[in-house]
Amino acid sequence: MSTPTATPVSFGRRADDALADDRMRAAIARGTGLMVQRRHEAIAELANADELRDAGSSIRAAALRRLPELLERWSDNLGALGGHVHWASDADEATAIVAGIVARRGAKVIAKGKSMVSEEIHLNDVLERAGAEVVETDLGEFIQQLAGEPPSHIVAPAMHKDRFEVAELLTADRGAPVSAEITAEAAYARTRLRQAFLDAGVGITGVNFAVAAAGSICLVENEGNGRMCSSLPPTHIALMGLERIVADFDELDVMLNLLARSATGQALTVYTNIITGPRRPGEADGPEELHVVVLDGGRSALVDSDFSSALHCIRCGACLNVCPVYRQVGGHAYDSVYSGPIGAVLTPLLRPTDPAARELAEASSLCGACTEICPVRIPLHDLLLQLRHRDARADASRLRRAGFWLWSQAWSRHWVFRATVLAARAGMPLLRKIRRLPNIGWLGAWQRGRELP
Amino acid sequence: MRVQFFASCLVELLRPDVGAATERVLRAAGHEPVPVTGATCCGQPAYNAGYAAEARRVARRTLRALGDGETTCVVASGSCATMMSHHWPELFEGTADADAARRAAARTVELTAFLTGSAAAVISKDRSQPAGGEPGLGVETPVPAGPGEDRPLPPTGGGDEPSRAIGAGGAVVVHDSCHALRELGAGTTVRRALSDAGRTPTDAEGTERCCGFGGSFSVKMPGVSVAMADEKLDNFAATGCEQVTSCDLSCLLHLQGRARRRGMELRFDHVATLLDRRT
Repeated sequence: MSTPTATPVSFGRRADDALADDRMRAAIARGTGLMVQRRHEAIAELANADELRDAGSSIRAAALRRLPELLERWSDNLGALGGHVHWASDADEATAIVAGIVARRGAKVIAKGKSMVSEEIHLNDVLERAGAEVVETDLGEFIQQLAGEPPSHIVAPAMHKDRFEVAELLTADRGAPVSAEITAEAAYARTRLRQAFLDAGVGITGVNFAVAAAGSICLVENEGNGRMCSSLPPTHIALMGLERIVADFDELDVMLNLLARSATGQALTVYTNIITGPRRPGEADGPEELHVVVLDGGRSALVDSDFSSALHCIRCGACLNVCPVYRQVGGHAYDSVYSGPIGAVLTPLLRPTDPAARELAEASSLCGACTEICPVRIPLHDLLLQLRHRDARADASRLRRAGFWLWSQAWSRHWVFRATVLAARAGMPLLRKIRRLPNIGWLGAWQRGRELP
Repeated sequence: MRVQFFASCLVELLRPDVGAATERVLRAAGHEPVPVTGATCCGQPAYNAGYAAEARRVARRTLRALGDGETTCVVASGSCATMMSHHWPELFEGTADADAARRAAARTVELTAFLTGSAAAVISKDRSQPAGGEPGLGVETPVPAGPGEDRPLPPTGGGDEPSRAIGAGGAVVVHDSCHALRELGAGTTVRRALSDAGRTPTDAEGTERCCGFGGSFSVKMPGVSVAMADEKLDNFAATGCEQVTSCDLSCLLHLQGRARRRGMELRFDHVATLLDRRT
């Protein structure tokens, strides 16, 4: 619990804490390294990778331009199939809609697949407060639920944990030892989660893409838990961000090809679920009710802004995997559902009034690795720079502002610049001799871990 | 060929010898370098921190010092060259200097791109086409590995092999600065310039990864910045090669500062300094 005097902990502080966690950093370096390697191999297989990325980028941009039209068409088509579409402007509305359906259906147990939107709206907290038992059924999310932590990576929620930590969590859950072998861990989780699928009155999943032409939703996964959540319980609730729409199956084809290759290095995920309405008469399985909750959550305000390309994101996590900052500190340092470069861009955009979120634009050396790898060509490091430009006036400390102003006045005059040069050449040898300079300002920060030039 | 030559503020302030070396290298290559008098800084520190007006105020001084001629302007820094060639047009858009900035951007070239004659190709390079790991870059497709066991072991043998000597023919680890690598395509040209000078450019593992300098990032997030440097330095050391070079002095000073604090035996020299030793 925070004390009344506590100020929000900055990214820098959280990052420093993360840097002290060698075990976590080793797991992240291993995990991201592997994912980048697989992604490179999967992209290299394509003869037309550049064209595919261009196509993906155009499809996402076009979807935003036609957003109301596509969403309406999709919603009409899904409605005609017997599905229900709910529009939620913010997290409170979205959680209230889900909680209402759960209450009406009298569900005590909820089997939940992976959904970043559900994390964004803190859905589990709301449902658990209302008395339901929510079981995360994605293995990584299940581990995170046992640990009482949010996911640390968009695609691999427990990437920061090694198999020994996982074994400890599973052992505690089981009340009997689970060995630190991956197969043993998976076997235990499978048994444990099977009961949740059978007991669940409601299944909740995310949505990767909605297909306007057919009224379908598409859900990709590798564990089969998404298929269980969406077909076994009598009610399926799917959560999606309002930007996650494509016009038709041709577009979906392009997006799935990019998503699987960029996220996990697969040509296609093991399970690619295309769900077109609830169970129809005569069908053997599928839910009686299908609800899709479409979350705005600050997205519509970005559609026509300079930052609209941030909404092109397909949540592949590739930018996290290549980000040298993420590699050092992992996802939790960002203190946001979305971490890494896309998180540093999206978080301040989706939480515009939160000064702590604004700070994330600084969580980057602007190296551009994110922009280079993004399958839909979001200029992530340019967006980070744009955010800095947008917020510099409003947010930076007065001292910093005054410092840059003074610097600009000085160095816009050549004679002052020359004077600085002479002073630096004379002063540097002296400064170097003083081993420990006072720990203030930029000089102090530089000296933390580095000798002066 | 008569060229303008801009050393960068960092060179002026901290390593004027790099500026002198650049001039000698240009002259040895048959050019006639004319230092830009009255220039200060390209404005990048403020620009990357989000202070466009301040960046513009300083950059205007340098822009006007460059004049509005046709001469190629050679810059001894990948990041300054990027600022001038990629960001100046945007920075000055809508101001009286907009046209001059666009023309200056078009004739600004990083040193090794100029020396290897790939300036034209570099200037016309479409920024929206990412380079790293894709065909057309001078770097092998990165195959990352986790720290520790996956890392290639340093070559066996003592530390006194001739190949480690500073002299001509010595192996040099190339540090790819991000601006140079991703925005200028200078990953290739630094290596080519070194090869042309009889050196053996060597790649460290994770060469496409940022060293953690990042301008104000290095002092706003010192912990992360240093951690990034540490990984770089370990990878440099694992090559068994003690000489590190780059076309960006800023990265080198950050890496050198960290290496010295750790007591590592690595030497850091701007590529101009190494090319100059040859000439």
